[in-house]
Amino acid sequence: LRRNVEDFTGPRERSDLAFVTFDITADILNEKSGLRTFCNKILMLIFNIFDWNVKQLFLYLSAEYSTKNNALNQVVLWDKIILRGDNPRLFLKDMKSKYFFFDDGNGLKGNRNVTLTLSWNVVPNAGLLPLVTGSGHMSVPFPDTYETTKSY
Amino acid sequence: GAAAVVPAMLSLDFLDDVRRMNKRQLYYQVLNFGMIVSSALMIWKGLMVVTGSESPIVVVLSGSMEPAFHRGDLLFLTNRIEDPIRVGEIVVFRIEGREIPIVHRVLKIHEKQNGDIKFLTKGDNNAVDDRGLYKRGQHWLEKKDVVGRARGFVPYIGIVTILMNDYPKFKYAVLFLLGLFVLVHRE
Repeated sequence: LRRNVEDFTGPRERSDLAFVTFDITADILNEKSGLRTFCNKILMLIFNIFDWNVKQLFLYLSAEYSTKNNALNQVVLWDKIILRGDNPRLFLKDMKSKYFFFDDGNGLKGNRNVTLTLSWNVVPNAGLLPLVTGSGHMSVPFPDTYETTKSY
Repeated sequence: GAAAVVPAMLSLDFLDDVRRMNKRQLYYQVLNFGMIVSSALMIWKGLMVVTGSESPIVVVLSGSMEPAFHRGDLLFLTNRIEDPIRVGEIVVFRIEGREIPIVHRVLKIHEKQNGDIKFLTKGDNNAVDDRGLYKRGQHWLEKKDVVGRARGFVPYIGIVTILMNDYPKFKYAVLFLLGLFVLVHRE
């Protein structure tokens, strides 16, 4: 069990006051397949991202890490679509990781350098489709040993 | 007096014009038309070079990326080698052996030191990832399957292309009207 609180504030010019707290409350490593699931609580406050030309935000949390097999791995753990007009304050409690976190191989075991970042794709009414990454990132070191699966 | 002469002169001019609208004029109009078509082709090829994509502009055909994109939206793509494929990007790809390109988002990537990359995609509006769509036995997409990455978009405009595809009569009508317009319009 591990608690982490991190602030993923976005760069100034795009999203002045985006603020995210990410709180991992439990994690489990399955011995068979290096499967990792997160139960997490995410509190998000998003202000001022939505201007007249922003139709929606595609928000996603991704993990990035390096293994013996592959120099770079990126896995989206969780994503959410936020439409203009949605409540700008999102509180998602006890949310399990939306997508299974499989590695291509066994590279998660003992991996000290798994970094979580929050990014978003701004979808305009018409125009460019930028991908923005929040400046905060969280490192999640994986344990050296597998645990037997707990129920959660 | 003067009032009677002017209409007479005008009618003579008109007749002359009609006589002159002969083979030379026709050839000129055809050349004009040819130039317009060549220019359009050059612009398209130029776009292909600049963007690095074989199809720099595509029309969204399905609703699997709603609410971001709807059927008929136009996407502008680039496919430059210097831009690596990363999660969250919207890619347009083709499955080997199939003609129709698919527009979905990158969910997972595994990239080797030498740049070889394999990745998984999923439509925003789909519940599951695209593995079920890939060829039998294929679990990942590779760079060669990618037509381009979506960098910008304009809504609705592509509907004309979809209409022309679904209703051939409409396509012929549009082409006929275009041809007529160019031939008749005198620069």
